Amino acid sequence: MLLHDTALIFGRYARQTLRSRFAMLFGVLMPLLYLLFFGPLLTGVPLDSRGSSWQVLVPGLLLQLSLFGASFAGFMIILEKQTGVVERMRVTPVSRLALLLGRVLRDAAVFVFQAVLLVLAALIMGLRAPLAGILIGFVFVALLTVSLASLSYALAMKARSQHEFGPAINALTMPSMLLSGLMLPMSLAPGWLDVLSHFVPFRYLVDVMRDAYVGSYATPSMLYGVLAAVGLTTLAVTVGTRVFRTAGA
Amino acid sequence: MPIISTAGLARTFQTKRGPVEAVRGIDLTVRPGEIVGFLGPNGAGKTTTLRMLTTLLPPTGGAATVAGHDLATDPAGVRRVSGYVAQSGGVDPQITVREELITQGRLYRLTKSQAVERAEELARDLDLTELLDRKCAALSGGQRRRLDIAMALTHRPMVLFLDEPTTGLDPASRADLWKLVRRLRDEHGTTIFLTTHYLDEADALADRIVVVDQGLVVADGTPSALKLKYGGSIDATLQDTFLAITGRGPSPADTTPVAV
Repeated sequence: MLLHDTALIFGRYARQTLRSRFAMLFGVLMPLLYLLFFGPLLTGVPLDSRGSSWQVLVPGLLLQLSLFGASFAGFMIILEKQTGVVERMRVTPVSRLALLLGRVLRDAAVFVFQAVLLVLAALIMGLRAPLAGILIGFVFVALLTVSLASLSYALAMKARSQHEFGPAINALTMPSMLLSGLMLPMSLAPGWLDVLSHFVPFRYLVDVMRDAYVGSYATPSMLYGVLAAVGLTTLAVTVGTRVFRTAGA
Repeated sequence: MPIISTAGLARTFQTKRGPVEAVRGIDLTVRPGEIVGFLGPNGAGKTTTLRMLTTLLPPTGGAATVAGHDLATDPAGVRRVSGYVAQSGGVDPQITVREELITQGRLYRLTKSQAVERAEELARDLDLTELLDRKCAALSGGQRRRLDIAMALTHRPMVLFLDEPTTGLDPASRADLWKLVRRLRDEHGTTIFLTTHYLDEADALADRIVVVDQGLVVADGTPSALKLKYGGSIDATLQDTFLAITGRGPSPADTTPVAV
């Protein structure tokens, strides 16, 4: 039943995405602008990397796409609470977990698709990276999306209005982006900033993606990255499930 | 055997300014096939009670059963036998009527072909056939309400809960909705439990009226019995009866005095 219901909810929201293809392309615009107008600035800068500047920038932009996109996923639930769709579904026998999973899997599909578009654009700009590394990168984009979208839906179920939700998300995503070294590697940072960034889980995901993009897979940072991604996903889906299971949100 | 029975059903919300007792203790029984009007001033606890009876909100006290299923121990059973239409309705404006009806069937675990068939059947029954390929946003208020009710009837529930079903409808759509509610009861024996602000609606439609005020049942009976007991005569208006029971009108909008 969980599979049946998850597929049903996934289908409903996938069709919603396909109805607004323009919005989906618009989502790639911000990272694409970074790629076009920020990427070329880095080509001659020493970035403390074994690869090119593109191998440093592109993994960061992919995670940025997921970080900003998935964190705001909850807006949709706030709209659906107002139209009554959430309660209408909750009085049917549908699996509560499926109401969450169907949505987050749709989000994962959307952001992986956007990530593919971005990588194609980056290849034109000059990115060269091993295929395995690029594919590993997509897996991390999917995991980060599932985590952040779950937390975002959970928060949105609890939030009273979008006026409360938007600022809360902004207050969390901006520092996360700056402290994880998304734009420039934290190995360039002074000691205190480097130490601080280790408390932000995304830091480990950024490191592991950059390793994958230069073809080194058996590194300590790969281990930490996998642990951070799996840990974050487990935690987020657990929190999301609890919120979706308890009624009266 | 009653189809709905509650004993001391209560809900307290914890807020920053301390606990708020939205529903203090509702005792009521509803017989199968009854149309019950649940009446009360704003903030009396009508919607909170309905959300508890439909498993959307866990009670903080008391107990209730719907068609023999216990609210606390068998919420899935309650969901199988009851349908609910919230005041806001529950359709996505960007989706077509057909897709919403089919999705609803699938949520009730019908197969794809069963869901398609049920959608067409419901559309015929609720006069939505011509509208099947329209987006929900393009429906009029009355059409929207018929769709909301069609969605709630997907699984042929024994009990239908309606939260202020006619609020915002024009007089003609309101009259149509009353007819529909009576027909559902007469043809399918569906028990209907509806909240309303409109006294004439309760008077015309309900077999029995349950008046709540400040989270408690303060009166319960047929419209004429209530008029006789609280209004002083069977010819008393329900307005006067309501004022006598609660000390105030059902909602500010209904009690606006006519300028003289």
